[in-house]
Amino acid sequence: MTSKKSNNKPLFFFVNKEKEPLFSKKNRALLTDPLDDNNPITVQVLGICSALAITVQLKPAIVMSISVMAVMAASNVIISLLRNLIPNRIRIIVQLVVVASMVILVDQVLRAYAYDVSKELSIFIGLIITNCIVMGRLEAFALGNGVWKSFLDGIGNAAGYGVLLIAVAFFRELLGSGKLFGIQVIPDAFYEMGYVNNGLMLLSPMALITVGIIIWLQRARNRKLIEKN
Amino acid sequence: MSFIRKKLDEIRRPFEKGQKWEKFAPAINAFDTFLFVPNHTTHKGAHVRDAVDLKRTMITVVLALMPALVYGIYNTGYQHFIQLGGVFTFMDAFLHGAMKVVPMIIVSYVVGLSIEFAFAVYRGHEVNEGYLVTGLLIPMIMPVDIPLWMVAISVAFAVLIAKEAFGGTGMNILNPALTARAFAFFAYPTYMSGNKVWVSEATTLDGVSGETILGSLAAGQEVSYTTMDMFQGGIPGSIAETSALWIVVGALMLIATGVASWRIMVGGVIGASIMGFLFNLWGANALMQFDWFNHLVVGGFAFGIVFMATDPVSAAQTEKGKWVYGILVGIFCIMIRVFNPAYPEGVMLAILLMNVFAPTIDHYVVEANINRRKKRWAKAQLKTA
Repeated sequence: MTSKKSNNKPLFFFVNKEKEPLFSKKNRALLTDPLDDNNPITVQVLGICSALAITVQLKPAIVMSISVMAVMAASNVIISLLRNLIPNRIRIIVQLVVVASMVILVDQVLRAYAYDVSKELSIFIGLIITNCIVMGRLEAFALGNGVWKSFLDGIGNAAGYGVLLIAVAFFRELLGSGKLFGIQVIPDAFYEMGYVNNGLMLLSPMALITVGIIIWLQRARNRKLIEKN
Repeated sequence: MSFIRKKLDEIRRPFEKGQKWEKFAPAINAFDTFLFVPNHTTHKGAHVRDAVDLKRTMITVVLALMPALVYGIYNTGYQHFIQLGGVFTFMDAFLHGAMKVVPMIIVSYVVGLSIEFAFAVYRGHEVNEGYLVTGLLIPMIMPVDIPLWMVAISVAFAVLIAKEAFGGTGMNILNPALTARAFAFFAYPTYMSGNKVWVSEATTLDGVSGETILGSLAAGQEVSYTTMDMFQGGIPGSIAETSALWIVVGALMLIATGVASWRIMVGGVIGASIMGFLFNLWGANALMQFDWFNHLVVGGFAFGIVFMATDPVSAAQTEKGKWVYGILVGIFCIMIRVFNPAYPEGVMLAILLMNVFAPTIDHYVVEANINRRKKRWAKAQLKTA
């Protein structure tokens, strides 16, 4: 038995464990978990502030999701690369510097190539730095895991955030102004019959209530998320 | 009686445990207990049972609402015909009002009860009677010309978000009827405020002057009604809120049967009077100069403090807490009226705000009581030592 085991050991002396495939089951879970079971907004309840602020219309919400994804993936990778160099005491400052530079990059790119949207999002792109999800993933994941895993984790969590943002923005724009991507989708005949857009949908409390309804539906479907007390 | 009972038992047989429609038992039980007091005995805890159960309590509130509702229906027609000009009888006005108000009540009950029944069947609990009152209150506090589908959406929102999301009757933080109104108010502002919505079919008339008294005060216009008009209720406003007279009749019914708390009502009147009086002394704008006793009889204050603020679920539970709660509702109501011209009616927001604070008030009342008794106990210890 023992001899057989030693035969199976890798030949190269510097590889001390078997190489994991790029999209192993564990790595795929990093991508898919945040979409449902561990969604940053509905389960961890992080990043609510921006979900309220920029979900009035679909377009800014999508741009915001992509920006957050870029920032999270990049800063997760950088922090993961530096994870053995960063002194523990100043790690928050280092994380902030990294996130801030990524945010500035994204902001500049948006200004250069999508000026209208950039103006619409105004301060909220800059405020990605305060998004709890970004710092949370750096602290909880990137500081303790390898580069590839951190990259997947960043993409996955940003996707979980983005999916929710887009869902909320979809309902808010559809019911609040009868449009999607700024194009009217509710036919004029409806308005002639007396349909009126719901003004409450444009106010931020309704974003909170929409998130609440999504949380309710998700937990009704996915029973293991319900907290026991 | 036993004949009816037998017939009912026959009807509910397929809904018994183990039968084919067991799932829908809550629905049939609701209708059954609506007709007969259920035969349950207490299983645990106190074994004293009052003859009055939740259903009878709720029916008392519905009865107490009737005077205000009937007057509201008449007033709807009255406001329409005086704007139209010409001669009309009491019956004309009443029938016109009934044509407007009854469909709203039907929509409110159908939408609300279908959601309640669906949740009862889904969650396997009994249907609660709370909606009998809520469903009647919602149309009573809406402007008469609001489209029926808006009533339906507001009702659905209130029952789903204000009630079922928190666990159904008895668990809600906010008063569901007021939540429905607040939803409609912010979602469809053009249908919920302004000078056209309070008179039925105002869009077909020209030169309507159907502004509510508070609305015209906020807009800086003259008010031509006397205090007596305001008290009797021949003024524009939401369907059943205008007549302080008939609301007081309802309030007396509630107080006499012990269903609603007189402490909240009296506290509210005291709070609003004091605040109104203080603003009279200040007198910086038309709403501040509006006499404090007039503040009590116009707008939704009387209706709100009698039927909404006293909701036993969302109000404060302790006796002292009820005083604090009532007085604060009164104070905030007048403050919102006076300081915020965008919301000439303050009672809705005042009650919703205090609903949120009611548990906090109760907490401090209970804490104060514990501390008082602790001190007394410490004193007694000192004496014996």
